[in-house]
Amino acid sequence: MELDPLILSRIQFAFVVSFHAIFPVFSIGLASFIAVLEGLAFKTGNPLWEKLSSFWTKVFAVVFGMGVVSGIVMSFQFGTNWSNFSQASANFLGPMLSYEVITAFFLEAAFLGVLLFGRHKVPAGVHLFAAIMVAVGTFISSFWILSANSWMHTPAGVELRDGVFHVTSWSQAIFNPSFPYRFAHMVMASFLTGGFVVAGVSAWYLLRGREVEANRKALSMCLWMLLFLAPAQAVIGDFHGLNTMEHQPVKVAAMEGNWETSRNVPLLLFAIPDQENQTNRFEIGVPNLASFILTHEWDGEVPGLNEVAVEEQPPVAIVFWSFRVMVGLGLLMIAFALAGLVLRRKGAYYQKRWFLQGLRFMSITPFIAVIAGWFVTEIGRSPWLVYGMMNQAEALTPSLTGGMALFTLIGYVVVYGLVFSAGVYYLLRVLYVGLEDADEGEHESDRPARPLSAAHVPFEIERGSGDVNHARPVNEGGL
Amino acid sequence: MELFNLTLIWAFIIGFGVIMYVLMDGFDLGVGILFPFAPSETDRDTMMNTVAPVWDGNETWLVLGGAGLLAAFPLVYSIILPALYIGVFLMLSGLIFRGVAFEFRFKARTSRYLWNWAFAGGSTIAAFAQGAVVGAYIQGFETTNGAYSGGALDWLTPFTVLTGLGLLAGYALLGSTWLIMKTEGRLQEWAYRITTPLLIAVLVIFAIISVWTPFVDDMVRERWFDHITVIWVLPALTLLCAFQIWRSVRNRFEGMPFVATMGLFITTYLGLIVSRWPYVVPPEYTLWDAASAYESQLFLLLGLLFVIPIVLTYTAWTYWVFRGKVRAGEGYH
Repeated sequence: MELDPLILSRIQFAFVVSFHAIFPVFSIGLASFIAVLEGLAFKTGNPLWEKLSSFWTKVFAVVFGMGVVSGIVMSFQFGTNWSNFSQASANFLGPMLSYEVITAFFLEAAFLGVLLFGRHKVPAGVHLFAAIMVAVGTFISSFWILSANSWMHTPAGVELRDGVFHVTSWSQAIFNPSFPYRFAHMVMASFLTGGFVVAGVSAWYLLRGREVEANRKALSMCLWMLLFLAPAQAVIGDFHGLNTMEHQPVKVAAMEGNWETSRNVPLLLFAIPDQENQTNRFEIGVPNLASFILTHEWDGEVPGLNEVAVEEQPPVAIVFWSFRVMVGLGLLMIAFALAGLVLRRKGAYYQKRWFLQGLRFMSITPFIAVIAGWFVTEIGRSPWLVYGMMNQAEALTPSLTGGMALFTLIGYVVVYGLVFSAGVYYLLRVLYVGLEDADEGEHESDRPARPLSAAHVPFEIERGSGDVNHARPVNEGGL
Repeated sequence: MELFNLTLIWAFIIGFGVIMYVLMDGFDLGVGILFPFAPSETDRDTMMNTVAPVWDGNETWLVLGGAGLLAAFPLVYSIILPALYIGVFLMLSGLIFRGVAFEFRFKARTSRYLWNWAFAGGSTIAAFAQGAVVGAYIQGFETTNGAYSGGALDWLTPFTVLTGLGLLAGYALLGSTWLIMKTEGRLQEWAYRITTPLLIAVLVIFAIISVWTPFVDDMVRERWFDHITVIWVLPALTLLCAFQIWRSVRNRFEGMPFVATMGLFITTYLGLIVSRWPYVVPPEYTLWDAASAYESQLFLLLGLLFVIPIVLTYTAWTYWVFRGKVRAGEGYH
């Protein structure tokens, strides 16, 4: 069988970018949470805030570190596998990525050290400032990268001359039509991820009766935030969808599983898209609802996949189902946020075991929703790489063979598998050890000031300690 | 005319970024290369502590190099990365393993030896791959219509293996002289002892490369050997730096060996640049062929002139915070 470098490169890019994306999406939300905790600690002087902040900063250090390591790979992927794309789009993407490095990466790196190890070494105000700067850095970073990504969906401010994009208007290119929606949707997703992870972990501690007072505070804060953000995300998502319908109608058609442009389109709850026969099997839908959601009129016209030739259609089934996974999880998040409000009377939200158990499981859902959302938008753009201007086949590195692409694909899967299972294992250890020892680390100065090194947690579970929940970090002294 | 000037400014900026990366990540990769040969496990802890707070800032220069190349000289980015496809993968894998080894080694107990090997192996592979890139660059790249058209392993030749070993030895030398500066006692004594043999290895490999290079490429031969020109100052300075390393190690100076090693790297680097100037994708394309559009170079330059001084200030500040000797069983204060 002939190995196709195009398919293999697409799988490789999807793999490295999905693996990378889960770390920043969490760290963006968490950075802001930590900045708020630091602000509360600074203002009230209540040691509980400092305790919470110290603990979540450790988690942040691990997540941020893994994001950095997997991010180095990303900056070389464009050149190795998509060199024609790099060459064609460098006039715009080059400055975008470079600005991200110089305005965000260096800022984060510099102030993270102060945040992690400077609590007793710099004045409290400077420490708070460092926390804010790290949070600001994560936003600046997402600004540039999402602008670049949005431009690939809705290219603007450029003209194509001799196969190379030339920027005619920087403001139009940077603030391209889908950028504001995508940026808002993604930042909101980051906050929801941070919120549900903190809520889930706090709920788990409460179920076990550990550090009840601090974890109640954290849970309460998260539930207030989620109450506003989860519904807001649905509204922003709706606007983002309308924007997509304007600029990428075929993607919306794939999301809705709508094969023919028509009026009175039902909202499909279930269907098995059959791309070969250009139809759906086993449709279950709500009459006219898709028309209403997309056009805000009950009989509005919804674009269909028949607007373009069959070979210009994206793979429908994966877009269709990824979209349902994302929206379904989003609705579940709204339900939990509302339940949190109902249970607030008499503090039931930190007593009802079913609610706390539910939150525990909800902590994984934002990651799935984010990946599903990226599948919708990225696969939905297929076969285009720069929408309407450059397709994926044109973008590929000409000298790349199937064998080379397969070699590195397997290589990255193995390397990431090894490195990240170790990293996730370590992250879980930080969570098991919990808040109780949050302050100890600061007094020993035996560890380098680096992400992931912030937490003084031994890597292996103590031999014979049996119940890991009672494992405590061993003071390793000067090792 | 304005295009001309901006491209030269960008050549200077990228050139500066590359040597910043080589010098800064060079010594911490070097510490990784020397890791398995350290006298004891305690010394390994100390070695790691000397570079732990600064290594990731150092590697950010590599990311900037990649992004900056895409912005200013996209042709270089889109030819050299496909040409070095397998090598780039090996380098990145090496950097990933050594990067996480910093973090996991201190938490590991029974599995610590695994992270020792990840750190040493990752550093060695990354250093070798970078040296092979230098060799591949001297060799030149096979291109058709502005795209790489050679094979997957064209970059791997006896010549590039030698340049790979050369940079490996060079980084090890940067590592050993860094340790002389940052440590004391037994570990420092060990670093003094290995520096002279490393220096000899570097000089021997560099000499072979220098003799071999004119046979690899005609242009390089003409430039160096047809007339004796002012560029011969550079190898003279390189030898002066080498002498300075030898003398300062003999006299047990602490800072000078590292400074002189940096000098040795800078003069060699300049020698490489004058060999190939103004070709950035030899043998075909010059700086001006590879440059991005004027408005793109300008747009990024305006921001860069404002931000880079701030970045350099951060970096200097970090090194100042972590100045002084690192002792066994002691991290940073």
